[in-house]
Amino acid sequence: MSQVAAMTTAVEPAESPLTPESWGKLGMWIFLAADAMSFGALLAGYGALRFGSVDWPVPADVLGIGLTAFMTFLLICSSVTMVLALAAIQKGDQRGLRIFLGLTILGGSLFLGMQAYEWTHLIHRGLALSSNPFGAALFGTTFFIITGFHGAHVTGGVIYLSCYLVRSLVGRLGQADANAIEIAALYWHFVDLVWILVFTFVYLL
Amino acid sequence: MTAAHKHPNYFAVFWWLLALTILEVGVIFLPIAKLLIGILLVGFALTKAALVAMYFMHLKFERRTLALIAITPLLLCVLLVFALLPDSSATPHRTTAPPQASTTSH
Repeated sequence: MSQVAAMTTAVEPAESPLTPESWGKLGMWIFLAADAMSFGALLAGYGALRFGSVDWPVPADVLGIGLTAFMTFLLICSSVTMVLALAAIQKGDQRGLRIFLGLTILGGSLFLGMQAYEWTHLIHRGLALSSNPFGAALFGTTFFIITGFHGAHVTGGVIYLSCYLVRSLVGRLGQADANAIEIAALYWHFVDLVWILVFTFVYLL
Repeated sequence: MTAAHKHPNYFAVFWWLLALTILEVGVIFLPIAKLLIGILLVGFALTKAALVAMYFMHLKFERRTLALIAITPLLLCVLLVFALLPDSSATPHRTTAPPQASTTSH
């Protein structure tokens, strides 16, 4: 048997899973790849509409760059607390897990609060799904749909992580569940990654 | 490499992400060509996205096939952008309602 293995080292055995830890992790990666296509299609559509338009406003003139740059900073921080939460549960450190999971949830919630503030502010200035006093109406449409779709993902992530925080608090999340936290972390980092792209394409470019 | 699964220095990644974000915001105020700003911004954003995927999502320490799954949406989106290019450049359009015509031409 070892002879066979030695002869076929270059070829992976067909049974070897892509993610040895769990199938759930592979499932999350495939889901994220599909979800990335949704965001990708929205951003590609945004690009096509924007470059076909002659009266598209300069985003930095309409949107608050300072606030959203801080929101980007918040999400990056929450990604760091998420990796620390994962490191904590892998070491069996329940206290660290709760603190860092709590901080991640706090970061996500603050992000959502600031997005709500930003939206309210823009809506008061007349920006809406179908109208925009600063130029092309589709600017409003694409802005609210893309940031709204991302905000929905953040909301989902906050609920997702809160479930694990509650499970940890009632003592039903042990070191053996580290893989579940790793999968949740993948989702959270993905939301951060998408925001980095949304921030660049919708706010800065 | 997967067996060791060593933890990368997450704080180094954090500082890189922070520095690139500051650079991104700074670069839009530079008095240089719009195209150059655009190229810089896309470059910075893709670098940041790659940092998050490789280190926070541990893609660097996974099997290469998983990275192929992860990169597929990006490739498809680049294709999509090229597929949409004729639509976006063929007909420049105003999307605001035209001002009420005060003079009737015919």
